[in-house]
Amino acid sequence: MQLTIITDLNKCVGCKSCQMSCKEHNTSGAFGPVPDETPYQDPDGMWWNRIITMESGEYPNTSVLYLPKACMHCYDAPCVPVCPTGASYKRADNGVVLIDYDTCIGCQLCMWACPYGVREFDEEEGVVKKCTLCIDRLEDESLPPQERQPACVQSCPTHARTFGDLDDPNSEVSRLVQERQGFGLLPELGARPSVHYLPRRPAPSPVEREELEEALKERY
Amino acid sequence: MATESKLLTINEEIKDEATNGLRRVHTTCYMCACRCGIEVTLEGDRIRFLSGIPENPVNKGVWCAKGGAGIMTEYSPARLSQPLMREPGAPRGEGRLVPVDWETALNTVTEWLREIRKTDPRRLAYFTGRDQMQAFNGYWARQFGTPNWAAHGGFCSVNMAAGGMYSIGGSFWEFGWPDLEHARWFMMFGVAEDHPSNPLKLAISGLKERGGRFIVVNPVKSGYGALADEWVPIRPGTDGALILAFMHVLIREGLIDREYLRHWTNAPALVMRAPGTPRDGLFWRSPAGDMMVALADGRLVPYMEARGEGMLEGEYTHDGIRLEPAFQLLWQEVQQATPAWAQEVTGVPKRTIVRLAMEMGTVAQRHPIVLPIEWVDAYGTQHSVTVGRPVAFHAMRGLAAHTNGFQTIRGLFDLMMLLGTIDVPGGFLYKSPYPKPVPPPVKPAPNPDDYQPNQPAKAPLLGYPTTPDDLLVDGDEPIRIDESYSWKYPLAAHGTIQNVIYNAASQKPYAIDTLMIYMANIAWNSTWNTLTTRDLLTARDETTGEYKIPHVVVFDTFDSETVAYADVVFPDTTYLERWDATSLQDRPISEPDGPADSIRQPAVPRYADTRPTADVLIELANRLQLPGFVEHGKPRYRTYADFIQLWETEPGSGVGLLAGFRGKHGDQMLVGEPNPRQLEAYAAHKAFWQYRLPDNIRYYRMANQGYLNWAHQVKFIGQPSMIVLHLYSEPLQTFRLAGQGLWPGKKPTNPELKERLVRYFSPVPIWYAPLEDRAEERNAYPLRIITQRPMTHYHSWGSHNAWLRQLLNENPLFMNPQKARELGLRDGQWVWIESRIGRMTGRLRLSDAVEPDTVWTWNAIAKGPGSWALDSESPEVTRAILINHIIPDRMAGREGDEFFNNDPVTGQAGWYDTRVRIYPSEIHEVWPRVAPRQPVAQPRAVQHMAYRAKGGGR
Repeated sequence: MQLTIITDLNKCVGCKSCQMSCKEHNTSGAFGPVPDETPYQDPDGMWWNRIITMESGEYPNTSVLYLPKACMHCYDAPCVPVCPTGASYKRADNGVVLIDYDTCIGCQLCMWACPYGVREFDEEEGVVKKCTLCIDRLEDESLPPQERQPACVQSCPTHARTFGDLDDPNSEVSRLVQERQGFGLLPELGARPSVHYLPRRPAPSPVEREELEEALKERY
Repeated sequence: MATESKLLTINEEIKDEATNGLRRVHTTCYMCACRCGIEVTLEGDRIRFLSGIPENPVNKGVWCAKGGAGIMTEYSPARLSQPLMREPGAPRGEGRLVPVDWETALNTVTEWLREIRKTDPRRLAYFTGRDQMQAFNGYWARQFGTPNWAAHGGFCSVNMAAGGMYSIGGSFWEFGWPDLEHARWFMMFGVAEDHPSNPLKLAISGLKERGGRFIVVNPVKSGYGALADEWVPIRPGTDGALILAFMHVLIREGLIDREYLRHWTNAPALVMRAPGTPRDGLFWRSPAGDMMVALADGRLVPYMEARGEGMLEGEYTHDGIRLEPAFQLLWQEVQQATPAWAQEVTGVPKRTIVRLAMEMGTVAQRHPIVLPIEWVDAYGTQHSVTVGRPVAFHAMRGLAAHTNGFQTIRGLFDLMMLLGTIDVPGGFLYKSPYPKPVPPPVKPAPNPDDYQPNQPAKAPLLGYPTTPDDLLVDGDEPIRIDESYSWKYPLAAHGTIQNVIYNAASQKPYAIDTLMIYMANIAWNSTWNTLTTRDLLTARDETTGEYKIPHVVVFDTFDSETVAYADVVFPDTTYLERWDATSLQDRPISEPDGPADSIRQPAVPRYADTRPTADVLIELANRLQLPGFVEHGKPRYRTYADFIQLWETEPGSGVGLLAGFRGKHGDQMLVGEPNPRQLEAYAAHKAFWQYRLPDNIRYYRMANQGYLNWAHQVKFIGQPSMIVLHLYSEPLQTFRLAGQGLWPGKKPTNPELKERLVRYFSPVPIWYAPLEDRAEERNAYPLRIITQRPMTHYHSWGSHNAWLRQLLNENPLFMNPQKARELGLRDGQWVWIESRIGRMTGRLRLSDAVEPDTVWTWNAIAKGPGSWALDSESPEVTRAILINHIIPDRMAGREGDEFFNNDPVTGQAGWYDTRVRIYPSEIHEVWPRVAPRQPVAQPRAVQHMAYRAKGGGR
């Protein structure tokens, strides 16, 4: 089993709902807090999920893309073998990459190893923290079943995020990756990220070119 | 006591369902004006989690960054904790405020208000910001007897509201909505991100899921625009020209829905062409007052009798009067609006204009949606199916905040009528209680003696004039302090908050005594020409030395820039600490499939010595013995919770603020006796109420007889008769006649006033250049400057929130790289941004996502030093820019002596019209900077914050 999140870039409007719901759930959660430095001065806080805005192309053929970026829960997670204490580990039963704060010594080797830059260091506690896929929600049986999913998936106002088991070929996430040409980031680095993104899917103009040419030529 | 004990009961019930020591309370968000249903998960008294309520009709379980960050708003150091008064002898504006007890603050204001009410109630001006209790506030002000009340619509989007109400008896946002469940083609104009926020995101997601085509017309590509299948960059303020050109192409290509126009709109109604006479441009009517139409055989019959067979073209005469169908007059206007003309105005290529018009026309006319839903129309015709046109539009302030916004928006609604997309599947759908008659039949009392000492005003304070006789004028002079409903701004349906301070300080049309402001940051980001406005708030009479605005009373939750200008401050609670209602009498949360409303309930204990503003206003009303609040010396309501449950629109009407769980037993909806346990019922139903209309009364509601009968029964409309849509606006023509001196009733004498009515009150949509575009300004200030609203911030509310402010805390000025090359400017450079009223600095960021004639930045990120409990070296103070400083408040040139920079029809502030020139700055920092004020809420030098719900304590 490999639990993961698929983000549909055809739907993401960059609203940062996922970035915030991650923070508000996890700061009081089992792997929190998610601290903030000088919050009322020049603030700099920890975020386990950050939205990257990318602009490309020349006006007027400009493309603007939003990319939520958190732990990729890689199949071959480079952060795991580099950890000297075994604090950084991948769960055998569901593929979620986690950090055991009790054994983490704060050496930050895993932060150097991570190709995606999604691990953050809590200087106060001396441990590295990151997205847990909301494992504390997934396994909290006191929660109603519809809430046993990552907070960012539940909150997403465009339903751009889908949670599920990528190893199950019949799951929704597998189907989406198959049918919509889902891709992982930086595949050449070999970490085999389980997190995938779905590309844009433009809807074409319903007006035939000839019809338009004719109208322009004859009337406008 | 009743309210207090009720609160405990509700929370105890929820506690029974608690798990892991967690408690869940349902309420309505207020991190913006969207009003999503939220679940507050609490651990003890501390907020563990804020999340969306899946069953809620607004957000259907999702929540945005602002909503989730509500935790940090609740615990913000910027909270006000107790009543304050200006330190004796201290000047206004420096923030030198001292704590007082509630009794002192209440007594002081009561005495001011008592004197005003006894002598001249107009001397109270009460204006509110993004409040969601306008029904209550309007009632309070009316009972007080002043004409001078409004919310913030004049500075926000009244053009959208009025443009829609005068066209279709509805509009966007709370009044109606694109049906993206069925649309296949969707065009969004301009900034509309937050109106409303999550519902629009959900709807766009659904459209994308089904492969629908999404077109964004906007000078800037960001947010939802990033997902657009096609971005149409346009020069700001020219959308009206584009819309007219769309209509031009649609009519010429035969891609309009002629049957729709003939059946449901006034397109076939015959207009009298009698220039120079008082009937010119008015409908020719039967003795009974019916509009008349021509049939194919030449007979002229009343509109309803024609049963949709009226002719759209032709010339007719009756008794020597020349008559033409309204449609033909529209065509005569848009005939000139060729795509080639529009290309020059808008910057959008002719080819794109023609193609987009053909796209919308083709999808609408050749690919209709047919739903298996039977319905009966107002002519008595039974329809076996419901036909829809799957072409939808959305727009808000991007169209509205221009001085030509009203006519542009009229154009958009006429475009939708031509396509046949009003209240049909896939098009625009009304939200209950709309549609209302065009325009809704509410009018303010128009005469000076309607506002007498110690008397309530004779009518609701805001409404929709239909002729010049409805204006609040005494000759040429305005009755209202903000000049709403005057000859200058006749259809100011939401008031004009942006005019108040200037006029009050100029003591024109008269001096006021007390300015009350509720949650509007009028001294900073909710104003224009900011530094001058701040000076006006402190302007003194040269002879007496007294302030020209003698008293300023501010209700606010946070230590905003405006608090520093208060003489008395009443500290409000947050939205998580009080009872509240989103009401069908106000700006409801209804969805197209039926009416809905919701409540707020206290989820956490009130902070310090704060009180809900509505409770304070009720306390003031009781002390002043305002009629309606106090009867036979006895207060009817102690708190707003009482008011929500017990108030009725008229005694015995059975209609109150909340529509659900009415009647003694809570088993009635919409109409029913007040229910003293109504809030409890809402709390038990996840804080909202919703009724789904049966399918056969869900569409074509302006003409769906089943719907009209039902709407009449539940008192949404006065008569169960068809609501004919106004392709042609006869009310506007009456104002034009007044300008021509032909109207038999009220008319202005000043030639400037007359000319404005003639020029701008066209009964068919027109486009004219924004009033800032005089040749002098066009040449000196070649670029337009606009703002976009980040999805993470709402006005000034984000920057004191420890989490939201990390997402955005400084804002560059975005410019197209081609334009930068042309001007010799480079990325990262400090520049002067100069408008005709002043200049400011900003840091340039080059972006291909903006059209070359526009520069833009984010709205309301900058903060004044000393406010919002922020450190004075915070990025919001030192690195963020506020373009309100250079937005002109008055018109250019000599007209500026008389007129604000407002739309001449509605008084909407034209803040998207601002023109600037950009050149290198020798100053490499933010300028201007205002002097630091003394903070009330002290900045906290927190080094490390690790928020955990556990542990309790603030």
